[in-house]
Amino acid sequence: MTELIPALSDSEIAAIDAEIAHVPYRSAVAIDALKIVQAHRGWVSDESLRAIARHLEMSAEELDGVATFYNLIFRQPVGDRVILLCNSVTCWIKGCDKVQAAITENLGIGLGETTADNAFTLLPVTCLGACDRAPVMMVGDDLHQDLDPAEIEKALSGEPNRD
Amino acid sequence: MTDAPTHPLTRNVRPDRRPTDMAAYEANGGYNSLKTNIGQRTPAECLEIIKDSNLRGRGGAGFPTGMKWSFVPMDNATPGHKYLICNADEMEPGTFKDRLLMECDPHQLIEGMILSAYTLQADIAYIFIRAEYHKAIGLLREAITACHEKGYLGDNILGSGFSLEMHVHVSAGRYICGEETALISSLEGKRANPRAKPPFPQVSGLWGRPTIVNNVETLCNIHHILEFGADWFQALGKGEDAGTKLYGVSGRVKNPGCWELPIGTSIREIIEDHAGGMEDGYSLRGFLPGGGSTDFLTPEHLDLAMDYGTIGKAGSRMGTGTMIVLDDKTCPIGFIHNLTSFFARESCGFCTPCRDGLPWSAQVLESLENGDGRPEDLETLAYQIDYIGAIGNTHCALAPGAMEPVQSALKYFREDFEAHINEGCCPYERSASGGAVS
Repeated sequence: MTELIPALSDSEIAAIDAEIAHVPYRSAVAIDALKIVQAHRGWVSDESLRAIARHLEMSAEELDGVATFYNLIFRQPVGDRVILLCNSVTCWIKGCDKVQAAITENLGIGLGETTADNAFTLLPVTCLGACDRAPVMMVGDDLHQDLDPAEIEKALSGEPNRD
Repeated sequence: MTDAPTHPLTRNVRPDRRPTDMAAYEANGGYNSLKTNIGQRTPAECLEIIKDSNLRGRGGAGFPTGMKWSFVPMDNATPGHKYLICNADEMEPGTFKDRLLMECDPHQLIEGMILSAYTLQADIAYIFIRAEYHKAIGLLREAITACHEKGYLGDNILGSGFSLEMHVHVSAGRYICGEETALISSLEGKRANPRAKPPFPQVSGLWGRPTIVNNVETLCNIHHILEFGADWFQALGKGEDAGTKLYGVSGRVKNPGCWELPIGTSIREIIEDHAGGMEDGYSLRGFLPGGGSTDFLTPEHLDLAMDYGTIGKAGSRMGTGTMIVLDDKTCPIGFIHNLTSFFARESCGFCTPCRDGLPWSAQVLESLENGDGRPEDLETLAYQIDYIGAIGNTHCALAPGAMEPVQSALKYFREDFEAHINEGCCPYERSASGGAVS
C-alpha cells in the first residue's frame, strides 16, 4: 500500500530549499527544515516528518532521531504560546519552584503539559543567560525577568515585557 | 585612531543596554581595525599578533587562541572551504555574558569575526546561536546586512581580494551543542553528539574541512588586539593573563550583574565591590567561579585573583568567569542536586557512563536532600566522581564537568551531607520543593 504523505506547502519548500542552497548535501538542513515546518504548523507531526524526510532524501527514522534530540523541536502539539521556565541553579536559588507553582495554580498545568484551551504549554529550559535578573522565563518570544510568583498573571497576560 | 580603550568589550554598551547600530559603532572607532588590517597586514602577521597577545579562549576552557588557530592548515593544499564558527550557544548555568555582548554591540562580534576569518583565511563563517536569544538573532542579522551594504562582508572585502559569507544559524536547543564538536554535528543537521578527537576540528571539522570554533567573547577581542597591539592587550591584565574579562555574579548578592574588568581582578573585588556583597541576612558559604561545571571555592579564596592559573591552583577553574554564589540559607545538597539533574537531562546519551551515571548521581542526591539518604550514598557519590568524573571514561567533558561541583561540595560541605543523613531531613528551610526563603 502506498502511504499517503501530505505535501509540504510551496512556502515551506521555498524556505527549505533556500537553506539547502548553501550546504553540501540535502540532509544537512534537517534541523532547519524541521524548524521551518514547525514555524508553519506549530509542531512536527508524523506526517510532516515523513514529508520533510522525503524532501531531504533521508529516512524518516533518521530524521526522527534528529527531531527528538532537540528540545525546541516539538513532536507533540503545543499551545499557542510556549512557556520556557528556567530552572537552572541561579533561578532555583531565587525561587523558580515558586514561580512554577504559581503557573500551575494559574493555568492548571505542570511541566510538559498544555492547557485545555490550547493557549499555553509549560516546559523547562536550560539556563536562559539572564541570571542577574533571576528568576526568569520566556513566554513565546518574550523574556520575563525578576519574576514575582504573586504577579505571575501579568507575565502570562501577553503584555509586552519591559526588556 | 581612537585612543586605546581600557574596557574594549563594553565601550559601546550603554547604561540602558540599547543596541549600538552601524552609525554609532563607526562613530566610536568601529571597523577601523577592519580597514587598517584587512589587505594591509598578511594573515600570518595577524596570527603572530594574536599569539603574542596571550589571548585565551573565553568560553570556559581557556585554551590559547593563537595556538588553537595555528593548527589550521594555511597551505591550501586541499582546495575547499575553511570555516569559522562563533559559539553563541550560551547555556552554561549561571552564565550571562555573551547575551550582553551580542544584544548591546552586535557589530563588535561581526568585526571580530571578519578579522578572525581573514587571519585563518576562512571563507564561510557561522554564528551558532541558541533560539531563545531572539533579540540578538535579529540584531546580528541586521548587522550582517549593514556590513554587506558597506562592503565589509561578501565578495572582495574593501578591495582586499578576501571574501567572506556569514550566516546566523539558529539552534534548536540542548546544552551539549556548546561542546565544539557537538556543535559541528548539529550544524551538519545531525544529533549533537560530540566527536572523538583527534582529528581536531582545526584539521577536520565542519563537513570534514578545517574549522575553528570560538566563543563570542573570544572573538570580540580579536579586532581590538589587531588595532591596539599585543602589548596593549597584555597590559590590560593584572597578573599572568592578558586582556579584560567579563565577570558576573548571580545568586543572593545585592547587585547581581556582569562587568568588564582587568583579568586577574580579585574575587573579593568582584563579589564585594561590583556585586555589592551579600544580600542583607545572608552570608557567603561558597561559590562556583565560572559556571555550573566548576568546583566550589569558599570565603577563604576571596583574595585570589580571577585568572586561569590562580583559580586552577586553588582546585577549580575560571570557566566562563561568571560566578554563582551559595549563601548560608540555601542547601548545598539542593544546589548540587539542581545542577546534577540539569546535566543528567542535558547528557546527549551517547556514552553509558554519562547517560546512566548522571541520573544515578542525581537520584542519590535527591534521596539525600529528601532525608532518605544513607551513609553508603556518600560512597556511591565518591565512586561516581572517580568514574564518570574522569575524562577518558566518558566520551566528552560533560560528565567530568558535572562532577566538579559535586566533588567539591563533598569536600567543603561534608557536614551538610551528614546532617541530612543523621537528621533524616533537609535542615534548611529552603528544601528541594519548598521554594526560596523570602
